[in-house]
Amino acid sequence: MAEQERTFFEYLAYISENHSPLDFMLVADHIDKFFYGALLTIEITVLALLIGGAMAIPLAVARAYRHPWLNGPIFGFTYFFRGTPLLVQTYLVYYGLAQFDFVRESFLWGPILSNAWWCALITFSLNTAGYTTEFLRGAIENTPKGEIEAAQACGMSPRRMMWRVVLPSAFRRALPAYSNEVIFMLHSSVVLSTITLQDILGVGRWLNGRYYLAYEGFITAMIFYMILVFFISKGFRFWEKRWLGHLRPRDTANT
Amino acid sequence: MKKKLTMLGLAGLLALATGAATAGDPLRVGVEGAYPPFSWKEADGTLKGFDIDMAMEVCKRLNRECVLVEQEWDGMIPALLAKKFDTIIASMSITEERKKKIDFTIKYYNTPAKLVAKKNAGFDGTAAGLKGKRLGVQRATTHQCSAEKLYPGAELVLYGTQEEVWQDLSAGRLDAQLSDSLQAYEGFLALDAGKDFDFLGDAIDDIECQGVGAGFAVRKEDTALRDALSQTILDIRGDGSYKAMNDQYFAVDIYGN
Repeated sequence: MAEQERTFFEYLAYISENHSPLDFMLVADHIDKFFYGALLTIEITVLALLIGGAMAIPLAVARAYRHPWLNGPIFGFTYFFRGTPLLVQTYLVYYGLAQFDFVRESFLWGPILSNAWWCALITFSLNTAGYTTEFLRGAIENTPKGEIEAAQACGMSPRRMMWRVVLPSAFRRALPAYSNEVIFMLHSSVVLSTITLQDILGVGRWLNGRYYLAYEGFITAMIFYMILVFFISKGFRFWEKRWLGHLRPRDTANT
Repeated sequence: MKKKLTMLGLAGLLALATGAATAGDPLRVGVEGAYPPFSWKEADGTLKGFDIDMAMEVCKRLNRECVLVEQEWDGMIPALLAKKFDTIIASMSITEERKKKIDFTIKYYNTPAKLVAKKNAGFDGTAAGLKGKRLGVQRATTHQCSAEKLYPGAELVLYGTQEEVWQDLSAGRLDAQLSDSLQAYEGFLALDAGKDFDFLGDAIDDIECQGVGAGFAVRKEDTALRDALSQTILDIRGDGSYKAMNDQYFAVDIYGN
């Protein structure tokens, strides 16, 4: 067969068999599984970020204003989830809770705790809530005095000031830190594959296991994660430009 | 203890640095440590089990020091190819698929694979019976291969270690699991955790995936080591020390026919 008559797949097979240490054909044959894995990775990561983020807002406010009896417990919560590895937390929820008869007989077992998907979502949400609370608290505490004085001068009630001035301003300043948290969460989501879920890495490990490979599954998974991170950073760069424009160093030469 | 391990590690590195192993060099053996009674880890970190005893006996007869290298199961073959150790003694079945990558000695035991499910599970161990059921297997095993081939309608759930499969089966997250029948009996069914469970159906018939028994794995180019190991297995089997090791763990002879 002449070189130019080959289809792309025949060429791939030829390269895989003769020139490459990697078997591209196996990856190409199972690429649909990787896309399903990517859907699961995105699904859990996005849901956990939404739930954890929603939890973090009231917690961060309570922490920033040193609420007399909520501050301590919230600090304990964030300290625990930031101070221990996500893998251990997930194992504890998935394998640990299942050891207890009373958990397995409770009404939560059937629909929620017996299910790896829910165990992961609960742990990931609490974990990201822990991190988000702390840097949001930092952002709230660092609100410029002038903004608060201006709000007070306008006669805003504390509640209105919180929603109109303090939180929007804190969200903007927390945005760069939050982009890190989103990428970390995506990377941490590989923990899913250790509790039987077929996320991107789970599919990679399935492929490696099925055909006794070393690299193909991992490298394909890596490329998928890199593509996802590319879009996340692009998105945050856009939002930072949009919402942090006023903090950008000005180019004075052209004004 | 720690110091000794470091020294063994250094010896391993040295063997790596000097290239091809000669007689007298330590033999680096890849083991798993999460597959009782073939191999498990005591609380103090020492490795125990039939595979471990086998490795020790083989090293003794080859007059080489044994360096046991613990390795997660799904990275076992890549680690052998990357020369992290010289042979795998970890109940690895000899299959055609694996032979594309590595080579094997003759078998050192052969036990059939069986399904395990709750007693009176309400379904049978056929493809139709397992349709839509959650079927657990350890990743990168012959059982993953068989499960995908024999029970295409089942929902396959993959685990890193066999111990995690047992945990989730007893927790009720799985409807059934497929694994080595002997490991299933000794490592689960005979224990308190497995008292509500039993084998489902007969030994599965799948030579293509299951192979012809478990052997020691070596890299393809190490033919001399392979032959020496095969001969050692024959010697151990021949002079009664196999029976002594076997009877320590099992009520039946696991060598197979």
